[in-house]
Amino acid sequence: MYPENFRYTKEHEWVNVEGATGTVGITDHAQKELGDIVYVDLPKVGAVIEKGKTLGSVESVKAVSDVYSPVSGEVVAVNELLTSSPEKLNEDPHGAAWLVKIKLSSPQEAADLMSAADYQKYAGEESSA
Amino acid sequence: MSPPDTLLRTTPLNAVHRKLGAKMVDFGGWDMPVQYSSVIEEHHAVRQRVGVFDVSHMGEIEVRGPEALKLVDYIATNAASKLKIGQAHYSGLLYEHGGFVDDILVHKVADDHFFLCVNASNQDKDYEHIAAHNRFACSVENAGARYAQIAVQGPRALETLQKLTKVALAPIKYYWFTDGEVGGTAARIARTGYTGEDGFEIYVAPSQAPRIWNAILAAGEEFGIKPAGLGARNTLRLEAKMALYGHEIDATITPWEADLAWIVKLDKGDFLGRDALVKQKEHGITRRLIGFEMRGRGIGRDGYEVHIDGAPAGWVTSGGPAPTLNKNIGLCYLPVNQSEPGRVIHVMVRNQPVEAVTVPTPFYKRAK
Repeated sequence: MYPENFRYTKEHEWVNVEGATGTVGITDHAQKELGDIVYVDLPKVGAVIEKGKTLGSVESVKAVSDVYSPVSGEVVAVNELLTSSPEKLNEDPHGAAWLVKIKLSSPQEAADLMSAADYQKYAGEESSA
Repeated sequence: MSPPDTLLRTTPLNAVHRKLGAKMVDFGGWDMPVQYSSVIEEHHAVRQRVGVFDVSHMGEIEVRGPEALKLVDYIATNAASKLKIGQAHYSGLLYEHGGFVDDILVHKVADDHFFLCVNASNQDKDYEHIAAHNRFACSVENAGARYAQIAVQGPRALETLQKLTKVALAPIKYYWFTDGEVGGTAARIARTGYTGEDGFEIYVAPSQAPRIWNAILAAGEEFGIKPAGLGARNTLRLEAKMALYGHEIDATITPWEADLAWIVKLDKGDFLGRDALVKQKEHGITRRLIGFEMRGRGIGRDGYEVHIDGAPAGWVTSGGPAPTLNKNIGLCYLPVNQSEPGRVIHVMVRNQPVEAVTVPTPFYKRAK
């Protein structure tokens, strides 16, 4: 369910570090908790983001949830698919519905985050159903 | 699966919702299903086919006795004297200053018996309010614990429910009701609802509710019935511009402001709040409820500030996506002289102004 090569936050974001770039998204557990996602608000390319600070927000029919960045750096790509099709976040949160790509300023940051196994335990039984 | 929080009140269908895998939330002190599968799918099921809702958290208050009509006419804004036996209407309970205690449905069961359906989290407050003003020859009973309420809503609601009762449902007109049976148990069957669709709200004994709920789901299977939660109930009622207590109306809002003049009958004689309403009508209101549609990217939600020409002008009472219309809509209070349809406004979404335009309501009206 949760890719082994990703790292995870307690706020239910993931990051996939490849070289100097981290791809960031929200977890399957997060999309399930939110329900039908209808709107995604993301930063612009070039924005400088700090680990733990608000990266953007994801809105379901009922609620708004902030997304916190799992890593620090500069936004080098934003997933335009989510502007027209926010519902993709319900369908493929670990794949096609990534949120942003960040050029990492402190690549070692991701090491502090949870492994897939730890996150799975953390997110609770319902996420493995 | 965790059991319900013991501090929350539960309906007789709580275990049924949990078995269906519903996501449960604290709704005004009640442990209620917000969704079973998807709010949007449940919304579409009600608009296009049929959905079933547990609304047993709603309160019921019974007024009985020779002067029952006098009490109801005194505590509520609509003219209960105009109701025929078997007829219901929407009405307001007001404080003396003209603000809302609650919005209610009044059913005339008999000349000496009225049945009020009231909001869940207001039921004890409503009961105390009504009982405190009872100087008439009638009794007031806080009867919520004696009733479960199930709403069957949507274009296939009649066909679904008809399979479970010998009562002919087609002749029951909108906002009329009849006492009969559903699935072999005594039921009050009202052609009312909170979705903007045709449908029924049935009142049964709590012990019978799980069996009737399951029978409704089985009867509606061929039509594609879905259990629907409070999430869909909210998007459906918002599209139909039906008020929600605590949002469009509360103790600080009068019926004139809430665009609910049609439930106030000033010519029926004295009633609670009448003097304040007469006075406000003479002076004119300063703010008014109006619909809006978002034009810019963003969703105006409950409580967000509304700006006109860069200055704060009002607030959003309810706002969110409208699945039937595929737009983001909402209701807001604006200064009455700036509340005409077609005005450009800005909803402050996380401190950023997002453009919207005021529009006539309801947003959605079903084809008759």
